[in-house]
Amino acid sequence: MSRLPEVFKRCKSEKRAALIGYLTAGDPDVNTSKDLLLTLAKQVDILEIGMPFSDPAADGPVIQAASERALASGTHISDVFKLAQTVREANPDIGIVLMGYANTPFVLGFDNFSKQAVSAGVDAVLLVDIPPEEGYLCDPIFKQYGLDRILLLSPTSTDERIKLANKHASGFIYYVSLNGITGANIGEMTSIRQKVDNIRTHTDLPVCVGFGVKTPQQASEVAEFSDGVVVGSHFVGQIPAHARESQNMTTAINHAAQAMKMAIQA
Amino acid sequence: MTTDFIYDLSIKHAPDAGGHFEANGTLFGGRFAAETLMQPLQEIEQAFTDAWADPEFHAERLDLLKNYVGRATPLYHAKHLTAEVGGAQIYLKREDLNHTGAHKVNNTIGQALLARRMGKKKVIAETGAGQHGVATATVAAMFNMQCDIYMGREDIRRQAPNVFRMKLLGANVVPVDSGTATLKDAVNEALRVWVANCEDTYYIFGTAAGPHPFPLMVRQFHTVIGQEARAQCLEQAGKLPDVAVACVGGGSNAIGLLHPLQDDDIRLVAVEAAGHGLESGEHAAALAKGKPGIIHGSLSYLLEDEEGQIQGTHSISAGLDYPGVGPELAAMMEAGRLELDSATDDDALQAFQVLTKAEGIIPALESSHALAAGMRIAANMQPNQIVLINLSGRGDKDLNTVMDKLGFQDDTQGVST
Repeated sequence: MSRLPEVFKRCKSEKRAALIGYLTAGDPDVNTSKDLLLTLAKQVDILEIGMPFSDPAADGPVIQAASERALASGTHISDVFKLAQTVREANPDIGIVLMGYANTPFVLGFDNFSKQAVSAGVDAVLLVDIPPEEGYLCDPIFKQYGLDRILLLSPTSTDERIKLANKHASGFIYYVSLNGITGANIGEMTSIRQKVDNIRTHTDLPVCVGFGVKTPQQASEVAEFSDGVVVGSHFVGQIPAHARESQNMTTAINHAAQAMKMAIQA
Repeated sequence: MTTDFIYDLSIKHAPDAGGHFEANGTLFGGRFAAETLMQPLQEIEQAFTDAWADPEFHAERLDLLKNYVGRATPLYHAKHLTAEVGGAQIYLKREDLNHTGAHKVNNTIGQALLARRMGKKKVIAETGAGQHGVATATVAAMFNMQCDIYMGREDIRRQAPNVFRMKLLGANVVPVDSGTATLKDAVNEALRVWVANCEDTYYIFGTAAGPHPFPLMVRQFHTVIGQEARAQCLEQAGKLPDVAVACVGGGSNAIGLLHPLQDDDIRLVAVEAAGHGLESGEHAAALAKGKPGIIHGSLSYLLEDEEGQIQGTHSISAGLDYPGVGPELAAMMEAGRLELDSATDDDALQAFQVLTKAEGIIPALESSHALAAGMRIAANMQPNQIVLINLSGRGDKDLNTVMDKLGFQDDTQGVST
């Protein structure tokens, strides 16, 4: 069973938004990645673990480079599951989401993929290039395994599409704050808020906001009107910035996550 | 003055409402796109549906195809080549004679008209060999649209003349360094740019792949090839061809030729780039050596490893150097309606020279793959049979590559008279 409902319930009882942090599994290599994921997991409510892919067409330069580092250092999908499991063993209550592209579970087989994900302690899956319309491939299987299916909504999503997403999504709705790729500059806060409010009229699921949240100030503003704040590129960017010394990398991610956490709780 | 060719504007073998081409229980195609692109793609689909039902759209499109592009392109009975090969009669569909030198312009005219109908002022496109980039830059110049072409750095190096042509036409050529710096990465980058600019920008997708409605739309714009060839063959030879052959990268010229022939009793052959050989691991034969996967918005055959990472490809021809293939061709293969063949780099180079010397026609290296396989097939057939080969483009752009490979020495220099 997915832990996501419990996570959001807990955050709600503490009267705050959830902090959702992303790192790519295997970035810059499997061993370092394990330390980084364990560090970030201690600070967040939900950890998104990216599955490295050769052709990340929805990602900006920062996360593209993360995928390239992970693949170049020999990260396999089996490592991704192992890393998820390690994080789970150390953190029984956080939410864990696997994030990536359709081809990874498609080639593995959705059944096989789901089985391994659940046994690693994963709660949910976010596949950026499987919209509700193509959900026939994964929805029944994820449901059977009790995995939540996170769906994205964006500024271009019409009311009709919001309703469609609500019908197919579980866990939470991930609102992409801008028309663009990961790591771009965040959109205008008033319009993000309006869209989130609009989405809420169509769904009872928690609505989280991501793509472009880079500063604690932005996180704090987004936290005011959303159920969760997703931070990805800002954390991933610490890895190349501290490439010489993995200890510094861990420290940098820890500091960056603490700052975001404080901003959200304030 | 010749009479205008009458095209069949009905849409045959349409995919389902979601853009799926079903074969053996697999739904090829579809719309595997990021949420941000779903609404823009629906808008394009709606615009295409409206346009296709609008006689004025076709009147303008067909007028441009006739008077700007030069359609109908000839069907040429290559008697000298036929004599050299010995076997079936070889007919060449002369897409190389289109304005801009390849079939690609059939599609860019259609999509640029669509972009204009939708009020978009800016177009972007990906390109591999540069032919689609040139065809896009050409129509953008004519329609006075801003135009950015995304091209892998490696392809820019291989296809310098086309890069210069695009720049002359006023397009901005944006080098792509990510991944393998070839066509697939150019598509990724164009998708990223489109996501961020979908409100004012139209993405002119260059092949019959990508998310729905591109495979359907690109096919419809290219079926002029097969429709003309079918009628011309009947007129010239008094019968239909026995075999129709086209090269396949993404598959736009192949689906354009083969789609209108699929309900006839004709063998349809798709020729993939075998690079250094199908067993070498260095090729671009997605149908022969790939397996189903999802990339660039659709489900189709794909060269990928056992974990779904897309593999690097190799072909002497940049236009075939792509790890995927259009979903409709994949479905046709799966359904047993498409025969697979392939040609290596060396086969293509050989065919390139044979046609040039036999007929005085310099083919594109892409088309040389179709020629190589087509000649092989013809050699094993009877003289009363017909092999139709799509000569999808001309070879001027490839002269540097061929000079390199053949070790061309300019022996006119230094000769005293």
